[in-house]
Amino acid sequence: MLGLWIALGVLAVLVIALIAVYNGLVRLRNEVKNAWAQIDVQLKRRYDLIPNLVETVKGYMKHERETLEAVTNARTIAQKMVDAGAQARGKAEGELTSALMRLLAVAEAYPDLKANQNFLALQEELTSTENKISFSRQFYNDSVLKYNNQTQMFPSSIVAGMTGFKAGEFFEVAVAEREAPKVSFS
Amino acid sequence: MGGMGVLLLLIGYFLGLYFLDSGTGGMIIALIVWAVMNLVAYFQGDSILLAVSKARRIGPDDHPRLYNVVEEMKIASGLEKMPDVYIVDDPAPNAFATGRDPSRASVAVTSGLLQRLNRDELQGVVAHEISHIKNRDVLLMAMSAVILGSIVMLAWYASRFMIFGGMTRTRRSSSSGGGSGQIIILAVAIVLMILAPILAQLMYFAISRKREYLADASGALYTRYPEGLASALEKIAASTAQLESANKATAPMYIVNPFHRKGLAASDLTGTHPPISARIRILRSMAGGASFADYDRAYQQVRSASKGIIGPAATAAVGVVPLREAAPETKEGTNEVKRARETSNALWQLNDYKTVNCSCGARFRIPPGFSEAEIKCPHCGSVVRV
Repeated sequence: MLGLWIALGVLAVLVIALIAVYNGLVRLRNEVKNAWAQIDVQLKRRYDLIPNLVETVKGYMKHERETLEAVTNARTIAQKMVDAGAQARGKAEGELTSALMRLLAVAEAYPDLKANQNFLALQEELTSTENKISFSRQFYNDSVLKYNNQTQMFPSSIVAGMTGFKAGEFFEVAVAEREAPKVSFS
Repeated sequence: MGGMGVLLLLIGYFLGLYFLDSGTGGMIIALIVWAVMNLVAYFQGDSILLAVSKARRIGPDDHPRLYNVVEEMKIASGLEKMPDVYIVDDPAPNAFATGRDPSRASVAVTSGLLQRLNRDELQGVVAHEISHIKNRDVLLMAMSAVILGSIVMLAWYASRFMIFGGMTRTRRSSSSGGGSGQIIILAVAIVLMILAPILAQLMYFAISRKREYLADASGALYTRYPEGLASALEKIAASTAQLESANKATAPMYIVNPFHRKGLAASDLTGTHPPISARIRILRSMAGGASFADYDRAYQQVRSASKGIIGPAATAAVGVVPLREAAPETKEGTNEVKRARETSNALWQLNDYKTVNCSCGARFRIPPGFSEAEIKCPHCGSVVRV
C-alpha cells in the first residue's frame, strides 16, 4: 500500500514538472514570436519612410540617380522577401541598410539638403528606425538564444523533443562595409 | 527590504509592549501605518512625483530625438508598453523613472540633460531609467521608502509620547510590581527608537545602491555601448546646477543623486547612489563585452571586491555580448547649439507658444494669450498672419 502511494507521489511530481517545463517552453517560444513581430513593425516602418525620403532628396541630388535607384530597388526586393525565412530576409534587409547608409553619406555633401527641415526630420526618423531595427534584432536574438538553450539542454530537451519544439533561427542583417562618400567638385 | 520589514515589526513590538502592554498591538499599529502609506504610494506615487517635479508630458512630435530614444530602449529591453515621456524644465541635468509596474511607467528627463548629451549619452541614461522600470526598482524603492518612513514616523511619535506622557506610566507600572521587566522593555524601546531609523536608512541606502549598479549594468547591456552612459555620467557629475524640484523622498529615482552642496558638483559621498566616479570607471573597464558578467568583472576589478554586485543567476543568463561602435553623430563631435534649440523649441511648444515664420526669414514666437489674427514682423515690418 505504502509503495503504491510513493509511486503515485513520484508520478504526480513528474507530471507537475513536465507541465512546468512545457509551459516554460511555450512562454519562451511566444517571446520569440513577439520579438519577431517587433522587428517586422520596424522593417515595415522603414519601407514606409523610403518613398518620402527619395522624394525629398530627389530635387537636390540630381547627379546621384544611381544611389537613389539602389535604395528604391533594395526596398522593392526586401519587400518581396517579407514572408521568407529569417536568413534570406536578413540578407535583403542588409542590402537595403547599406544602400540607405550610402545615400545618407552622400547627402552630407549637399549643404542645401542638410538645411531642409523636412530632410532633417526624415533623417532623425530614419536613424531612429535603423536603431530600432538593430535593437529589436538584438532582443530577438537574445530571446532565440534563451529559447534554443532551453530546447537543447537536459532535461527540458526531452519535453521539447516529445512535443515538437524546433530551434529558432537567428536574424542577422548582413551589412556591407560602409563606403566613404565620393565627392567630386567638378 | 526584508531586513527593513523586520526592523519595522521590531520597533512596533517593543513600543507596543511599552505603551500598550501588548507587543502584538504595537505590531498591528506599525503594520497599519505601513499599509496606509503603501496604498498612497502605490496608487498616487507616480502622479505625485511627476506633479512635484513639474514634469510636462511630450508626444513623438514635441521632441522627436528624446521620444525615439525612449522607444529604442523600450524595444531593446523588451518592455511591453511604451512608457510615457516627460520633460522637466530645469537646467540641472538629471533623469528619473517612475510608475509602479512596467505597464504604467514614465521616464522624465530634464531640459538641461537634453541640451548637454548627445544621442549615445542620452541613450545610456534612458537605458538606465528603463531598466529601473524593467527590474521593477521603482516599486521596490517606493516600498522601501515607505517602510523607512513608517519607522521614522513611529520612532518620532513614540519619543514624544515617552517624553511628555511617559512619567505617569512608569510610576504606575513600578508600583504594580513589574519593575525590572518594565525597565528592560523601556531600554530596548529607547534603543530601538534611536537606532531603528538610522539602521533603516542604511539598509535603504544599500538597497538603492545595489539597484543603481544593476541599472547601470542593464543600461550597458541594452545599448551595447557602456561608454555612452559613462560619458553621460561624467557630464552630469561635472554640472553644478541644483535640481529645484527634487526632495529627499524622490532622490533614489534619479540617475544621479540630485542633492549636492550648492555650487559644488555632485559629490562622491552620496547615500542613495554609488560614487559617480566608481560607476564611470566600472563602465569604462568593460572591455570584453556588454553582458552582466562583463559588468560584474569590471565591478570586482574597480572596487577590488571578491564578489560581484549582480547575482550569479543573472550573469549566467546571457552569452557573449559584443560592444557596438559609437553612433556617427557622436563621432562627428557635439553640437550643443543644435540641441539647445531643439530643446527650447519643445519647451515653447509645450507651453502653447505659437511659432510664426515670416517671408523675410525671421521666425518668432507668440505667447498663448495673444488673440489677434495678424502681427507685424519685428524684422522687416510686413504683416504676417498668425
